[in-house]
Amino acid sequence: MEIVVLVKAVPSANETPALTDDHRLRRDGEIVLDPGDEYGVEVGLQVADAGGGTVTYVTMGPDSANAALRKALAMGGDGSVHVSDPSLAGADALATARVLSAAIGRRGFDLVIAGVESTDGSTGTVPMSVAEFLEVPSVSFARKVEVTDGLLRVERQTAAGYDVIECELPALVTVTTAAAEPRYPTLKGIMQAKQKPLEVLSLADLGIAAGDVAATQHVDAVAAAPERAAGEVIVDQGDGATRIAEFLEQAKVI
Amino acid sequence: MAAVWVYAEAGDGAALELLTKARSLSDDVAAVALGPGAAEAAGPLGEFGAKKVYVSEDAVFADHLEQPAAHVLRMLVEEHRPDLLLLSTSYHARDVAGRLQAALGATLVSNASDVPAPDRAVTQIFGGTRVVTVALEGPAPRIVLVRPKSFEAQPSGGTAEVVDVPLDVPTQLRKARRVERHEEQASGPKLEEARVVVSGGRGLQEAKNFDLLQQLAEAIGNAAVGASRAVVDAGWVPYAMQVGQTGKSVRPDVYVAVGISGASQHRVGMKDSKAIVAINKDADAPIFAMADLGVVGDALAILPKLVEEVARRRSA
Repeated sequence: MEIVVLVKAVPSANETPALTDDHRLRRDGEIVLDPGDEYGVEVGLQVADAGGGTVTYVTMGPDSANAALRKALAMGGDGSVHVSDPSLAGADALATARVLSAAIGRRGFDLVIAGVESTDGSTGTVPMSVAEFLEVPSVSFARKVEVTDGLLRVERQTAAGYDVIECELPALVTVTTAAAEPRYPTLKGIMQAKQKPLEVLSLADLGIAAGDVAATQHVDAVAAAPERAAGEVIVDQGDGATRIAEFLEQAKVI
Repeated sequence: MAAVWVYAEAGDGAALELLTKARSLSDDVAAVALGPGAAEAAGPLGEFGAKKVYVSEDAVFADHLEQPAAHVLRMLVEEHRPDLLLLSTSYHARDVAGRLQAALGATLVSNASDVPAPDRAVTQIFGGTRVVTVALEGPAPRIVLVRPKSFEAQPSGGTAEVVDVPLDVPTQLRKARRVERHEEQASGPKLEEARVVVSGGRGLQEAKNFDLLQQLAEAIGNAAVGASRAVVDAGWVPYAMQVGQTGKSVRPDVYVAVGISGASQHRVGMKDSKAIVAINKDADAPIFAMADLGVVGDALAILPKLVEEVARRRSA
């Protein structure tokens, strides 16, 4: 079985998020594999372990996105595809989905796995757009994923609980952080990752023109939201509960 | 005049909020309601501003995931060419929007908090500390996913013309099948309506400690229990309890954050609370920067005492 896991390189949570002068997310600090994508990687590796198959990571982004692929490959898997092109700077969700689906479509696949949304943009629509471009069914918000005899069986989170969804392959699934516990890369894994194939593709390699990925929106204005002032912070010396109860009383909610 | 459409999920009050906003943008407002219960939903949709409601009661929309809805919506949109399509952020609507965007080559904004014009959307980034206005370009309709509770629903007193949607959902769009449904019921007031929301995060250490929050909510009265995304994703509590960017937005009189660090994802959903109390072991947790009262300490030690203290004061 051919498994493709979509991964994204995002600024580390240790960085203070900031915008560039042209309203793009600054990416010149530490870049890491999106923590949400680690769960996609883990699910991909588990599905491959259980039923046999190869795991390939696909990403789009500048050269620095390589860090995300290296991390994923250190966890396991067989190879990776990195689409990198100057025309993709500032690409929106639609352009991203177009490029990722082209990169996936040029190789065979049975199952595409992604996180439910990125940590930096939280748009959350790219996986479904990819599924639409690839013309395959999809199941989002999986908290449990099983593949048996070409049938995908998913526990899908809902507002009130969960549904069980069955779907034939090929298909796309997005996973929550309940779907697996990501493994830590071992030293051996990190060493092996350096030997694994890392294909770099340009837009031209995918047969996509720069005009096909032009942005369909632009930022008009960015303003600071009204700030909440911080109040009093105390260290609990056994009186924490009393102080909170007094606060609730003054707020007239008890 | 720009035509504005609202995608209404059956039984979802958020569509009424969107219709209220749509009315302020255009006189040409329609809604689309698909699946069992759609015909019944058409009444309220008309009362809140839809002039027309496109309806299908077909079970295909309940038995399968987003593909049939995205397909029918695409057919309707291509026929009637609305300028703007509003959806309320939910698991289902977000999937529909992602499919539709690819099928139409349309632009899309997610997590919007306002729609000031048919070609403008406002979102908040970096945990609600920056407000970004986005100009929407490219082919119509522009698609905007709006966070629930961004607008207050107000009836217009109108009635909608109900238009039955002729069905044509091909077999290849029926591959993802819903074979079981499991509902986990919560008790007490709704998160969005409670005067006090008591939310828990990773700092509670394990799922069973949510019982302490439940006890606190009961002791306070008219209080609901919420949760951070981390613990919902970890499966401790159902998604219905999630407060934040991808969960519910709440504006209670007092929000009590217990063992929640205050990631931007979470802050977006609770920053408009009248007052915020935070309990966290980590004095550097970002939640303290927005709390009216912050207590640095062990939640598991503080909570039982707090339950007792609240109960004592309420009975005094």
